[in-house]
Amino acid sequence: MKTAVIVFPGSNCDRDIAVALEAVTGVAPAMVWHGESELPAGLGVIALPGGFSYGDYLRCGAIAARLPIVRAVIEAAERGTPVLGVCNGFQVLTETGLLPGALMRNEALDFVCRDAALTVENAQTAFTSRYTAGETVYFPVAHHDGNYNADADTLDRLEGDGRIAFRYAESVNGSARDIAGVLNAAGNVLGMMPHPERRIEAAHGGDDGRRLFEGLLEAVGA
Amino acid sequence: MKVRVVVTLKPGVLDPQGKAVHKALGGLGFDGVEDVRTGKLVELDVADDTSDAAIDEMCRKLLANTVIENYRVERA
Repeated sequence: MKTAVIVFPGSNCDRDIAVALEAVTGVAPAMVWHGESELPAGLGVIALPGGFSYGDYLRCGAIAARLPIVRAVIEAAERGTPVLGVCNGFQVLTETGLLPGALMRNEALDFVCRDAALTVENAQTAFTSRYTAGETVYFPVAHHDGNYNADADTLDRLEGDGRIAFRYAESVNGSARDIAGVLNAAGNVLGMMPHPERRIEAAHGGDDGRRLFEGLLEAVGA
Repeated sequence: MKVRVVVTLKPGVLDPQGKAVHKALGGLGFDGVEDVRTGKLVELDVADDTSDAAIDEMCRKLLANTVIENYRVERA
């Protein structure tokens, strides 16, 4: 399966997610520089990595979300290509409008860097098919602005439509309803603050994250 | 022409930074501060014939995230 990682100035998890994608697909992803305006053809998955694109200036992810290459990602997502945004990638996806809500400064104002217990809320998505609903998994979190916020109607709609993929087992950053990862309505775009790509082999302390990429590979059927 | 765009969090959206500043003011002995909300100021230097509509579009497309923020435009 061909995959791509979009690399912004200030991305710092681009290599981590590339290693995870290559470990599962056997093929190194295309690393697409932010100055490009077109994506490689035939992509099975597009990843937006963690980091601090454009120094988090204005708002986290705000500048990256307006780039031509991200416009191309939006168009690919609208055609059904799976898009995974982790950490800063999640912030970029909310800034594009592909995902609802916004990520604000953590409630306690602290940078949170530790393992977080997550509950898999919906195991019937392209991203979570290798998990069981209700299962607890452990992914690292490392962020300052992961406090998910949306109005009550939006939150109710997300809950009702099964669009909350992961929830924190206990509060990590003040997120509304402890939401850790959300899907778009079509189910092909997932944004999440925790880092599955940092938990793909025993040396990482477990491989809970690897199953996300394996499930994605299976879903894309490549 | 100088234009100032004031971006503030919508009412009801939690402002952790405002809360921290509020607490710090209390720590300095300033009593009677009911609430503190932080925001940001963006100063634009634009051509004199820039329309209100163009400035509004800049606000909506980039300067403010209207999911959580309101904005106000002040012309000098």
